[in-house]
Amino acid sequence: MTVSPRWRIGLRAVALAYLGALLFVPVGLVFYRTFEHGIAAVWASITTPAAIHAFQLTLEVTAIAVPLNTIFGIVMALALARGRWRGKGVVNALIDLPFAVSPIVIGLSLVLVYGIHGWLGPALTKAGVQVIFSVPGIVLATIFVSLPFVVREVTPVLKEIGDEQEQAAATLGAGAWTTFRRVTLPSIRWGVAYGVVLSVARCIGEFGAVSVVSGKVAGETDTLTLLVDKRFSNFDLAGAYAASALLALIALGTLLAMTTINPRKEGDG
Amino acid sequence: MISVTGVTKRFGDYVALDDVSLEVPDGSLTALLGPSGSGKSTLLRIIGGLESPDAGRVEIHGEDQTSVSARRRGIGFVFQHYAAFKHMTVRDNVAFGLTVRKRPKAEVAARVDELLEIVGLAGYQTRYPSQLSGGQRQRMALARALAVEPRVLLLDEPFGALDAKVRADLREWLRRLHDEVHVTTLLVTHDQEEAMSIADQIAVMDHSRIEQVGTPRELYDRPSSAFVMRFLGPVTRLGDALVRPHDIALSHEARPGSLEAQVARVVHLGFEVRAELVLGDGEELAVQLTRGEADELELAVGDIVHVRSTALPRALAEPEPAALSA
Repeated sequence: MTVSPRWRIGLRAVALAYLGALLFVPVGLVFYRTFEHGIAAVWASITTPAAIHAFQLTLEVTAIAVPLNTIFGIVMALALARGRWRGKGVVNALIDLPFAVSPIVIGLSLVLVYGIHGWLGPALTKAGVQVIFSVPGIVLATIFVSLPFVVREVTPVLKEIGDEQEQAAATLGAGAWTTFRRVTLPSIRWGVAYGVVLSVARCIGEFGAVSVVSGKVAGETDTLTLLVDKRFSNFDLAGAYAASALLALIALGTLLAMTTINPRKEGDG
Repeated sequence: MISVTGVTKRFGDYVALDDVSLEVPDGSLTALLGPSGSGKSTLLRIIGGLESPDAGRVEIHGEDQTSVSARRRGIGFVFQHYAAFKHMTVRDNVAFGLTVRKRPKAEVAARVDELLEIVGLAGYQTRYPSQLSGGQRQRMALARALAVEPRVLLLDEPFGALDAKVRADLREWLRRLHDEVHVTTLLVTHDQEEAMSIADQIAVMDHSRIEQVGTPRELYDRPSSAFVMRFLGPVTRLGDALVRPHDIALSHEARPGSLEAQVARVVHLGFEVRAELVLGDGEELAVQLTRGEADELELAVGDIVHVRSTALPRALAEPEPAALSA
């Protein structure tokens, strides 16, 4: 499309203004407000026992959810891209459910299944396992909301590379696992990495589903996002900004990691 | 020897192979020749173990391989689009089959260098496939397939994705390579010239069946059907018979059995002269002459000439009315 210079400059200005008003200014303000009263106050605010615990819990939950979803995602993507089976279309559509359904609904549905009065609740209580209002519930909710990322990143890559390389590996004597490890996985690694980065960002930032199932016990079931919410509700604005800034920094770090995921020049051939 | 007996393969309602049998002699270079959709690639993939037949038997060196997986068949397979491992260097690509078999490193390195030498890619060890031309990639794929010392080599339209010049060079090269390496080779192609120029034996396929098997010469001179005759070279219709354009003699006088025709067009192609004639009944006829013959006749548009077939009688009367075919 060719447009006159005046239009081009105008369009750029509109796009930048849009980004600025909706993205840069609010995020920038969070940082500004955070460091308004100096770094010492911020440091104190994010090193309270509750904050440290929230930070640790967030990382723990992410460290469980992301690997599980990565393995699931790769297996599912292989099944979707390579397999011929009944019900594939339905499963393919269902994978996107966590994107389509509001996280709060996901949280509530988990309560319905695992809560004390839920479906599996009595059996779980008898076995001495508490899911809802406890860490397992948070992990489940986080896995649920971040489930589609790896599948959705890897499936198109698998489809695009086709299965000829895998067939070639088979004719050269490689078994299924060797073929996967030495041929398939290296070919999809950038898709996997991208999916992992998005999953990490989502896991760290998840609020809705987690807030329903966590019970928000300070120092026990508070994640970073829940801590921000709690401080904000308690009019501890400075504390909320500090925790927000920490979240934003982690997110920026993840995005930075993503932009450095820059495929080596292997070309298209 | 590869031996295929009574192989049938269906994809849904579509019959890709219909009771096909074929023998590929030891050490030969056999071409599976046919138009697209004739089932030739499916047959090759069944021999390679990449598809399984619905019925029939595949044997390699007398051993039943029908239910053996591709990885245990001892075959080398070369794909039309190379199937190069894009994330590996040329060296690692060629070494793949050997490292899978856990051969000692020194042996692998020596073998890879030797093979790259054979296929003319010495010095390309550390390149990636994307840094090679199409022809080089296919030669790398061939080295990779040969590295595991396969009992048979299966090539699926190996030059199909290359441009004409590279294709002609590579097929000469493949023929020479085969004369050196002597591995039993089955090559799928839709290009009759390619099949004629490199194969010892050609199996012509059409509509999921094998039409005829023979040496290039046999197929060209004694085709068993009009399809084979048309597929192996240009044909033209003279009366009720199909003849090759170079098997027609022209003269100014009538001869026994000759027909009258008018010259419609004369094309000089260097040594070869092509004349398009129109017979008395309006049928068009293409004739191929040497320049000497054409000069002697002093052919000019509008001339009336007498034509007759000089081909051996083949009795290939054909009911369908397609006139000119190349």
